[in-house]
Amino acid sequence: MDGEIRSEPILKLVGIRKAFDGTQALAGVDFELCPGEIHALVGENGAGKSTLIKVITGVHRPDAGEILFRGEPVVITNPLDAQRLGIAAIYQEPTLFPDLDIAENIFMGHYPLRRFTRRVAWRQLYDQAARTLRVLGMDLDPRTRVRGLTVAQLQMVEIAKALSFNARILIMDEPTSTLTLSEVAELFSTARQLRDAGTAIIFISHRLEEVFGLADRVTVLRDGHYVGTCNVSEVTPDELIRMMVGRTLNDLFPKSDVKQGSVVLRVEGLTKEGVFRDISFELHQGEILGLAGLAGARRTDVAQAIFGVAPADRGKIWVDGQQVAIRHPKEALALGIAYVPENRQQHGLILPMNITHNVTLPILQQFARMGGWLDSRAEAQTAQEITTRLDVRAAGLWQLASALSGGNQQKVVLAKWLTTRPRILILDEPTRGIDVGTKAAVHELMSTLASQGMAILMISSELPEILGMSDRILVMNEGRLVNQFTRAEATQEKIMLAATGSSSA
Amino acid sequence: MSVIARKKRRSVLLTIAGVRETGISIFILLLVVVVSLRSPYFLTVSNIKDVLMDIAILSIVAIGEAMVIITRGIDLSVASTLALAGMAVGMTISSHPEIPPGGALLMGMGIGAVLGSVNGLLVTKGHIPPIITTLGTMSIYRGLVFAISGGAWVDADEMTKEFIGMTKGEILFIPNLVFMAGIVAIISYYFLNHTSTGRQIYALGSNPTAARVAGIHVHRNLFLAYLISGILCGMGGVLWISRYASAQSDTAVGFELQAIAAAVVGGVSTLGGSGTIPGVLLGSLLLGIVVNALSLVHISPFWKLAVQGLIILAAVVTDALLSRRLQQSRSAEGTS
Amino acid sequence: MTSLTKAPPKRFIMLSLLLRWEWLLVLLIIVACFVNASLSRYFLDVDNLFDMTFNFMEKSLVALPMTFIIISGNIDLSVASNLAMSAVIMATAFQSGLNIWLAVLLGLCIGTIGGLINGLLVSRLRLPALAVTLGTYALYRGVAFVLLGDLVVKGFPDSFIYIGQGNVLNTPVPVPLLLFSVMAVVFGLVLHRTAFGRLIYAIGNNEEACRYSGVAVNRIKVIIFALSGFMSALAGVIMTARFGSVRPNIAAGLELDVITAVVLGGVDIFGGQGSILGVVLALFLMGITRFGMSLKNVPGQVQSTLIGFLLILAILLPQLLRRFALRSRG
Repeated sequence: MDGEIRSEPILKLVGIRKAFDGTQALAGVDFELCPGEIHALVGENGAGKSTLIKVITGVHRPDAGEILFRGEPVVITNPLDAQRLGIAAIYQEPTLFPDLDIAENIFMGHYPLRRFTRRVAWRQLYDQAARTLRVLGMDLDPRTRVRGLTVAQLQMVEIAKALSFNARILIMDEPTSTLTLSEVAELFSTARQLRDAGTAIIFISHRLEEVFGLADRVTVLRDGHYVGTCNVSEVTPDELIRMMVGRTLNDLFPKSDVKQGSVVLRVEGLTKEGVFRDISFELHQGEILGLAGLAGARRTDVAQAIFGVAPADRGKIWVDGQQVAIRHPKEALALGIAYVPENRQQHGLILPMNITHNVTLPILQQFARMGGWLDSRAEAQTAQEITTRLDVRAAGLWQLASALSGGNQQKVVLAKWLTTRPRILILDEPTRGIDVGTKAAVHELMSTLASQGMAILMISSELPEILGMSDRILVMNEGRLVNQFTRAEATQEKIMLAATGSSSA
Repeated sequence: MSVIARKKRRSVLLTIAGVRETGISIFILLLVVVVSLRSPYFLTVSNIKDVLMDIAILSIVAIGEAMVIITRGIDLSVASTLALAGMAVGMTISSHPEIPPGGALLMGMGIGAVLGSVNGLLVTKGHIPPIITTLGTMSIYRGLVFAISGGAWVDADEMTKEFIGMTKGEILFIPNLVFMAGIVAIISYYFLNHTSTGRQIYALGSNPTAARVAGIHVHRNLFLAYLISGILCGMGGVLWISRYASAQSDTAVGFELQAIAAAVVGGVSTLGGSGTIPGVLLGSLLLGIVVNALSLVHISPFWKLAVQGLIILAAVVTDALLSRRLQQSRSAEGTS
Repeated sequence: MTSLTKAPPKRFIMLSLLLRWEWLLVLLIIVACFVNASLSRYFLDVDNLFDMTFNFMEKSLVALPMTFIIISGNIDLSVASNLAMSAVIMATAFQSGLNIWLAVLLGLCIGTIGGLINGLLVSRLRLPALAVTLGTYALYRGVAFVLLGDLVVKGFPDSFIYIGQGNVLNTPVPVPLLLFSVMAVVFGLVLHRTAFGRLIYAIGNNEEACRYSGVAVNRIKVIIFALSGFMSALAGVIMTARFGSVRPNIAAGLELDVITAVVLGGVDIFGGQGSILGVVLALFLMGITRFGMSLKNVPGQVQSTLIGFLLILAILLPQLLRRFALRSRG
């Protein structure tokens, strides 16, 4: 537990590099994992943690660098290769068979069979499964159907599955983001138990308290670079945050001061059972209100409740001083609210359709002439104007959304919502996964819109973006608003501490 | 208190949804009680035998259909496969009366296997969606029935006594036909529930992506499902022409929808991944009892289809509502 | 700032026009015509050609809304049963003394209600369309049998028979063909030129994103299913007039022919792609092929075999060609 190097590393990565369409996701990362340790991997969003994991599990091939398994260089080309080496990964959203029971999920692909009849040896299967579940401290019948288990239980099943083929390396990718506190505690005790039995565990989390509570060593990544590895007992949270944040704030974020107008959106006591509780805030004309928090803090759920995608159970919403009930996005739209969703490809765009058709989707009725006839010239004109204004780079408006780069896709989504001429714009992770150039353009656009009087609610997990763009910052943690800061008082450390629940300020 | 209450409700819902068969069984039981009060003949041995004989072929075909639906597919060609195998066998035995009934049965299953393989190959190697594939082969196989027979029938007098007797006889008071359906059901049950291949068929229907990651041979198992469906249809075809003592070019027209209905009523989800053999048998039984009951309580047989339609709709709607309630109660509990 | 061109470059337009599925269908129609002409010298007779269309106008009418439904990512198996139910109700109403045209109106209403029920079950309860319409497939046909049993309704007035058997004024153009042509143009324009049509494609491609964009997804689904019911009933009226009689087993199996035509017409069975023109061409291809075979006295079921082959080859061939092209490119 005290951080000395226990034994030969089971896995060693040297100088791993990986680029996607010009952006360097990993720029020479080193990483070392020993049997019997829990090794945390931390960094901001986009630091390269997920890419690194995908290199280890064979989802991505590195452009350069070496992977050593027990000192031998190996090439991992697909997830099955990784499985054969004894590498198992547990993701936030487990991939299981919902219609089968727990034991079957654990042993799918390598059922124990009776020798002559080739019949599934059910007793053996259930006994082994029960034993594994007991080892994991899981109080569940292995005959329970998987459909309908909680996320925490699903993760336990995934861990049991990993154990069933004797995984030596277990990767847990933000396993706690959707778990309750007691579930997290259970998961941690399981992880410690596995560690003590010699399994090497890679643990990814945004929550520093978890890193300090669980891990033995921690490796920090920043912008695809390796920053350093230290023993957890030898660093303080402040030091770790500084390693993760690293850069000083520059003027990449050009939010200009705007004189704020009246309250456009007021939310009071918004509650959705089991999701978020008692959310109240006000949003002013010309204001950019940042909504900070960790993944799983339920910020997106709040936005979707306001927009009517998944309405809240209780609470009141006022738009321009009028109390409103929003049950469907089209009602939100009529009130001048627009929502740029987090999941651009699934919720933002219709990938097999062209730019024009994507942009005009919410306002199609405006181009309908007599009998619903579409005035395609006016439609193209509108699309042309807005895409020119946002500088969408494509061969033409006829190009399919699926053929655009991530940055241009996001611009098309923004264009689509701006054509509705909203007065309230909700942006959910507006710059996630897009290149630096587009990012700056998006920020500039937000600033311009605010100065024209638009009220913007911005959800972002990137602290520099929150700090640079917001006039005011709300922080959410586990479905509640826990703190708020003005632009002047906010610092990365304060927000981080509030969001991780480390302080109850 | 609310947590406990919620837990309790959840477990009740779980049991209902988990043992889908109980639901149909209760419904069947109620139906039996009501009908037997109206008609004393209903619960006599000979009537029960009649009902079972009537649904035997349906359940054999429905079992194959269920396997395909479990893989997220659908087989619209079952009735045509049945008719083609039946006609081919019927013509063969009329010119070669020396072929024993068992040989005829094997021959039918062989023809069914070939036809099923064609479906399987088109779906796996040809990447044609199952509904399109089997829509096409449904027309093709049906046309072939006509092509090989030239529109002529094979009549009872062209069949040997042994052949017709194959489905008429009884073993230990159980009609042969029912006996055979029982054997098919037991083997299929064993296959789906106790072999690793069977479990993989459920797995790939339940989550195709996860199946690939778990190293399951998706194509091989898909092919197998269509092959089995074909074999069972071939068997059904021979039994059909033996039972009705004639093979015609329009034998079993529309039977595919009966088979799908039996599976769906029996709890096989059209979204794949779930459904059981006992469920399919109960589904067939329910459809069979309704038809029988209608005639016993002197309701015109023309009500048959309408009532079957209502049963299908009722089954689909209850399933959907139940599973939605279940999900809601679980998600509320999971995150609170 | 660069400004995006509204239209793709000319070369691109030419290429995408050339590669359209519809050309393959046109080619096949030409081949079918040549074969037919060589089989029978009566084939190319104008009257003969027009008469030929009587045989497939009902399924063509039903194929139009089916195109909408399949593009939206759904399916309707109940069309033929709905056709039978509304035709039988129309016929029994007429038999019990209702004016024939009021009876027609009643039939159309019944069909629309049948479609509406499908639409509501699919959209409000979010049930799979396949399962729902399988149920109503049995239910609606069942209603037809309950009402009519093994009886036949005959004795319709000539003015009614005319809409199924007659020609327009003194031309050789059959009334059903004219009706279908008008409908095909209307459906084509709605699908390809109106907001409603655009939304059908959008829903078929990504229903979730449509909800997020404020599209009234449920209402559109209900409308297209109701439309399907209405057109089925209309086809039922035409078919009744053509046969001069109604039996409850009228149009049995028609749904499969309709779905075959729509898929053969290039509509993606998973939704999001397809055109009315393609479906119309496929309907005529199937009609001409069947007609040619009946000229040679090929029985109906064998004709279906060829249609089945056509369906599978139409989907298999482009795939095989693509694979072959990829392989030869190395």
